[in-house]
Amino acid sequence: MFMGWANIYSAAYDPDHASIFDQSKEYGKQAVWMGISLTLGGAILLVRGHIFRDWANGVYAFVLLLLALVLVIGKEVNGAKAWFGVGSFGIQPAEFAKYATALALTRYLSGLKALIDFRSRAISTAIILAPVALIMLQPDTGTALVSGAFILVLYREGLSGNILLLGILAAFLAILSLILKESFFDLPFTDKQLSGPMFLLFIIAIIGALAWFAVRNLVVKRMRRRFHAYIVIGVIASAGFIGSLDYAFEKVLAQHQRDRILVMLGQMDDPQGIGYNVKQSQTAIGSGGFSGKGYLDGTHTKFKYVPMQSTDFIFCTVGEEWGFLGTAFVVVLFTVLILRIIQISDRQRSRFTRIYAYCVASIFFLHLTINVGMAIGLAPVIGIPLPFFSYGGSSMIGFTLLLGTLVRLDAERLSQLR
Amino acid sequence: MNFEGRKYVLIAAVLAIAFIFILRLFWIQVVDDKWKASAASMAERKITDYPARGFIYDRKGRLLVANTPVYDIMMVPREVKAFDTTAFAQLISVPLPELRQRMIDARKYSLYKPSVIEKQIPAGQYAAISVHLHKYPGFYGQSRTLRTYPPRVAAHLLGYLSEVSPAKVAADPYYKSGDVVGVGGLEQYYEEVLRGRRGSRYVLVDVHNNIKGSFKEGRYDTLAVEGKDLFTGIDIDMQRLGEQLMQNKKGSIVALDPRTGEVLCLVSSPTYDPELLVGRVRNTNYGILQNDPIKPLFDRALQAQYPPGSIFKIAQSLIALDEGVIKVNTSFPCNKSLVGCHNHPTAASIEQAIQFSCNPYYYRVFERMVEQNLDKKSRFRDAALGLAEWERRMKSFGLGEKPRMDLPSLKGGNIPGPAYYDRKYGKERWAFSTIYSASIGQGEVLTVPIQMANLAAIFANKGWYYDPHVVRAVGEADSVQERYKEKHLVEVAPHWFDHIQEGMRRVVHEAGGTARRARIEGITVCGKTGTAENPHGEDHAVFVCFAPMEAPQIAMAVYVENSGAGGRWAAPIASLLIEQYLTDTIKRPEVMKELLDADLIAREKFFVKKPRSHAADECPRERLRQF
Ligand SMILES: [Zn+2]
Repeated sequence: MFMGWANIYSAAYDPDHASIFDQSKEYGKQAVWMGISLTLGGAILLVRGHIFRDWANGVYAFVLLLLALVLVIGKEVNGAKAWFGVGSFGIQPAEFAKYATALALTRYLSGLKALIDFRSRAISTAIILAPVALIMLQPDTGTALVSGAFILVLYREGLSGNILLLGILAAFLAILSLILKESFFDLPFTDKQLSGPMFLLFIIAIIGALAWFAVRNLVVKRMRRRFHAYIVIGVIASAGFIGSLDYAFEKVLAQHQRDRILVMLGQMDDPQGIGYNVKQSQTAIGSGGFSGKGYLDGTHTKFKYVPMQSTDFIFCTVGEEWGFLGTAFVVVLFTVLILRIIQISDRQRSRFTRIYAYCVASIFFLHLTINVGMAIGLAPVIGIPLPFFSYGGSSMIGFTLLLGTLVRLDAERLSQLR
Repeated sequence: MNFEGRKYVLIAAVLAIAFIFILRLFWIQVVDDKWKASAASMAERKITDYPARGFIYDRKGRLLVANTPVYDIMMVPREVKAFDTTAFAQLISVPLPELRQRMIDARKYSLYKPSVIEKQIPAGQYAAISVHLHKYPGFYGQSRTLRTYPPRVAAHLLGYLSEVSPAKVAADPYYKSGDVVGVGGLEQYYEEVLRGRRGSRYVLVDVHNNIKGSFKEGRYDTLAVEGKDLFTGIDIDMQRLGEQLMQNKKGSIVALDPRTGEVLCLVSSPTYDPELLVGRVRNTNYGILQNDPIKPLFDRALQAQYPPGSIFKIAQSLIALDEGVIKVNTSFPCNKSLVGCHNHPTAASIEQAIQFSCNPYYYRVFERMVEQNLDKKSRFRDAALGLAEWERRMKSFGLGEKPRMDLPSLKGGNIPGPAYYDRKYGKERWAFSTIYSASIGQGEVLTVPIQMANLAAIFANKGWYYDPHVVRAVGEADSVQERYKEKHLVEVAPHWFDHIQEGMRRVVHEAGGTARRARIEGITVCGKTGTAENPHGEDHAVFVCFAPMEAPQIAMAVYVENSGAGGRWAAPIASLLIEQYLTDTIKRPEVMKELLDADLIAREKFFVKKPRSHAADECPRERLRQF
């Protein structure tokens, strides 16, 4: 099993090697980080499985402490106080937060039968949100957002599907209202105009009214009261949601975050300005064609048209130099990796290992979705790395810890009888 | 509770995302080509190498046209940092709002490709700008060349450079919008020779526009071909003298070397300083010149068609002698009832007929040529036969068709033959009585000054000529263009020209001749004056001549519009030019002064028959801007 993992691991490593080979300075550092990661991964494999479980809360507390500390004595890079500087190397504690959170959450959840009562929900939410809050203070929205992956874990462990459904519905409503934000509609039979969100509310109200009548005619009498209540609550909640979303969008988000979201929704077509990153990254990927321009021959990435190409936009290098074959291979590789982790999760007798594996799968899934999604223009530009590909020591160590721990735990599954 | 089934939701989500991503990747990488084009347009840059345009030299190797460097201020919007726009606007002498607008336009055009912010800053001015330019990142100077005209003469002859028109871009794939192309004169006629062929290199640039090497090892690069120099027969001294003598007069001077057909000078007056149509000021100045009522842009030497008047009588004499319809000592009375004439003794020979320029004499001569009794049944058919032979011989003098000359926009004049009159009056509806005015070079007969100068060359050579041309050699100074080595023979036997030359000598040198003012000490000048009828004002004066009689080296036609008889102004102008050409000096400063002082354009106002517009009052010549 370990060999299988090592294969996937090294396969994932190879393009990493290649894609930053031409950035001599970054490559040098990255090699050091790789060495450290490998050593750390090796060390992790020697740790007895129960240690992870026993130390989970300790690690969690330690990382929280680091996160708090970095706000005080951290180095400011790109407007975010997220780094501990050690010589020319920097460490980003936020990258370890997912590991710590995964351990702590797993530990907590493995002690429960299922996540059904309010208390357990509240505690697990708190475990997730505590580092998120500290990371938001840096601020590093991208890394904080990764914690959204844990919702999937909660769902798997019993969080009501309705909440997940509600979340998706809310996201749908949010996107719709943002898309309609700048448009105006004529109200039929009057000379009034409605703004986009108002129009949306209007539509929802009509749907609500129609549903009301539908319920009166189609539903048996004793159920009507309940359905009517649902409809009223639904309409009011939607109205409140749209209103508060509007408020949050205008007041809470920073301008560049608003712009990124609008660009992603196609509401702001400014390829030379805000959408520059996305356009350049798609251009780089698109210019790769079917089989790519060849290793090191990618002009678009080599000549630095794509910003942050060695970190968040590393996928562009793959796309330009290796073409569709390369990108499809990477996507398939990650998909196989994630599915494999889910499979590993399934065969565990230990509840701790099972939940932990699920955490790892969810984290990888979210990273893949957002990182590749933004590079090909399907997700907003959120600065999170592609696991093992992107330049950055902290994230590499973070992912190594995640995977290494999993491999170690999996290796012990036969001896674990709990 | 068992939530085992929920893992499938996650698995489904993973597979769905992977599927969507691969589909999207397939779309942008394999199906949609726009990203490839977009990447190419960003990273691949075509660098065009413009070869230097060829120079133009005069017959003594002096420069008529050369190149001078100027600088464009370029801007790459991406690299521009915040800067003091007011100071920058002052530095490059562009009004601030204008500068702002240009920067907005540049940004709209492209963020990473350079745009021109200010064009064609002269080298001297740029030197002062360049030392400050480093303070403005994103801006740089790019050198180009403009034409320069050291002697500042021969504007019509040389033409000018202008930005290529959209129509030309559409018609000729060589040109791209923004290229320059020769307009008028030699610049237009020899455009392809002068411009050479531009080369292009494809390079890769990074996001900061730094060149990172050639594209595919230069596989698509083409080498630039240098423009060739032109070696003309123009004599700058004569050209300048001609333009000076013609100042404040309308008209033209064409001088040829009869031995080769080379044009010695080609003056059209009023003219303009060729430097006025160079660079940034061209458009403004062009507009002003175009609206000037004295029409300085009109090239009279090549395009003004006048009735040839009396000078035509020489050609008539030659053809009549050669056809045998008259003899050298044929005499006709001056019968003014046929056609008007002035008072003179009866012409007892063809030489006297030329000397006195007797109109009724040539009425008779032309009558004999047209009515040769070749068709006894119809005088109409007879006239057609006679005129056809006459037309053939007359056209052999290079009249009635466009000269085979190396300049654009030529006019051919008109020699009316049977076909012409058939069109005008109908077949067999005309006879000599209908067309007699052609006998004295009036009516439908039209010639352009260059043809008249060539006629003088034919008289000088006694019956042959080379096609008049400006450029003797292209590229190599010592060569001669092949097409100008072909000798054309006139359909008249050479010995008849002896009588003509004698008549022309008398015009200048004998008492009673009409061009006595053309005499030069020690040089035998042969000439003939004429007047071209002008329905709008005083007649145009013409003088054709060649010299020296014994071994002609120069043949010339001088037109002075609205100046009446040819002897008054045209003859002395010609004589000064001959003197300059043959002796390299002017020994008659008093004649020179009189000619320079004469302002016939001012005088013209008293003679105009048609009311003119008041445009003359707002003549904006002083608004012309110097570059
Ligand atoms: Zn007479």
